[in-house]
Amino acid sequence: MKQIPKYAALLAYMIFLVFPLVWLVSTAFKTPQEMANLNPSWIPREPTLSNFEAAFTEQDLVGAGVRSLIVALCSAVLTVVVALPAAYAIARHRSLVSKIAVGWVLVSQVFPFILIIIPLFMVLRNLDLVSTLPGLIIVHVTFTLPFALWMLQGYVRAVPPELEEAASVDGAGRVRSIVSVVAPLLAPGVVATLLFSFISSWNEFLFALVVLKDPDVMTLPLTLVRFTGPEGVSRLGPLAAASVVATIPSLIFFAIIQRRLRSGLMAGAVKG
Amino acid sequence: MTAVATRPPRTSPHKRRKPRSRQGRETLLLMLPALVPVLLFSVGPLLYGIGLAFTDARAGRNAVYEFVGPQNFIDLLSDADFWASFRIGLIWAVSVTGLQFLLSLGLAILLNQNLRFRGVARVLAVVPWAMPPVVIGLMWRLVYHPDAGILNSMLGTDIDWLADFSLALPAVIVMGIWSGMPQTTVVLLAGLQGVPKELYEAVEVDGAGTWRRFWNITLPQLRPVIVAITSLDFVWNINQFSLVYVLTQGGPGGQTRLPMLFAYEQAFRYGFFGYAAALGVATMIVVLAVLGIYLWRQMREAS
Repeated sequence: MKQIPKYAALLAYMIFLVFPLVWLVSTAFKTPQEMANLNPSWIPREPTLSNFEAAFTEQDLVGAGVRSLIVALCSAVLTVVVALPAAYAIARHRSLVSKIAVGWVLVSQVFPFILIIIPLFMVLRNLDLVSTLPGLIIVHVTFTLPFALWMLQGYVRAVPPELEEAASVDGAGRVRSIVSVVAPLLAPGVVATLLFSFISSWNEFLFALVVLKDPDVMTLPLTLVRFTGPEGVSRLGPLAAASVVATIPSLIFFAIIQRRLRSGLMAGAVKG
Repeated sequence: MTAVATRPPRTSPHKRRKPRSRQGRETLLLMLPALVPVLLFSVGPLLYGIGLAFTDARAGRNAVYEFVGPQNFIDLLSDADFWASFRIGLIWAVSVTGLQFLLSLGLAILLNQNLRFRGVARVLAVVPWAMPPVVIGLMWRLVYHPDAGILNSMLGTDIDWLADFSLALPAVIVMGIWSGMPQTTVVLLAGLQGVPKELYEAVEVDGAGTWRRFWNITLPQLRPVIVAITSLDFVWNINQFSLVYVLTQGGPGGQTRLPMLFAYEQAFRYGFFGYAAALGVATMIVVLAVLGIYLWRQMREAS
């Protein structure tokens, strides 16, 4: 019986953490008539899919989703391609460059975005990349890079250098030993970093807001925010439906990594 | 950076068996693909941005601008809107960081105990983490909505939460706490699991109560983790933009206009690039001061 207050506290926490989400999902399935009702209920009285239909047809949600997908895929792949050699260098050679690189990774986390985004916007403008997807991809790669580098160097460090040495004793060349010994062991780490970069880009709002001025090239988060115009209540249903759809990739990602999260906060990435 | 990068081969060529110069060149070659974008789109713009803070740069494509010295900072100090935004930013960052920490510590302690449903609870506790910031903002708009929102119907009130001058900031803070709780909880939980069991067993023998165990063992053992996560949370919170922009756009009447929203408006709504950059520099100084105190405390701990 001593446990009862603990369970009560746990229940309170769970309610606090979950109720907004339940409300979002519930709103997504409600009819406009029910939305206008002044006594909203938790469970939709007549669940409907019309909000999802409206979300997909009224605003260019599909187009925005495709653009988000392109940006997120390109950013993720580019980030890993660019970060992998550097991560290898940082993990294997302890030189001044590596130290500076690690320092930059940490420092880059604390700068106010405004200091970088204004000059970056000017650079992109000079390159005629404002309101283009390549422009946004460049920005996303630059901003995901430090943490991706950090994650990857942790994974490289977890591969014992002795394995490489053993391979070279067996007569494998440097390239061969990396390709056939290091690469397979590194694969899970690379996948994790790809997923992380993908989700960062997929969810990103601020840089997209600054870089993409033209409604025709907007990504999903921007399109979602455009849903909330002066229209008000009648638009809440489609808005909730679109939000639910936009969350799905992140939820899948977290479902994949959540075991890792629970067992000590991405130990491989953080401890290095 | 390139100049610095070539230095190690010169200074310590004899320390390693492997010729350092070859290794140094290899390192540089491997780093190059990452170095180029970082220098071009991150380090360069950052330095340029700090430079802009001392100019009267405007948004126009061909706008000419000139060096004005510390004028932007002088203007900043006498700008009532800036001080209002700065005050709101500090209230936001301190209260979100503090309350988030206390709530997360409680949750982490519960999740660390042998309770039933712990597995489910641990999964549910990370849910806010999995959500895009824009969706979090929109979701809380639905919660706070005066007519269709659940909060008014649960409390039986009729309040337009986000339009009320005195309630908007607390409402935004609640969202901030909600959205950051998973990260803080997971870090604290990992910290709790790292506390050696023997320490507890030792005081158990002395007959120490729950409270004394927590105060004398858990807290001191967790201290480095606590300092780290609260400092990080503070930095993240002071730089927060998306969540609040989506929820309130800084309204009503600037009551939730955090420093970064203020800077964004100055730069991209009114076109004052130089002024906004100065604002960024000012924020950076605050952030660095906080980190400085953190590092100083860490070092004092260590010695």
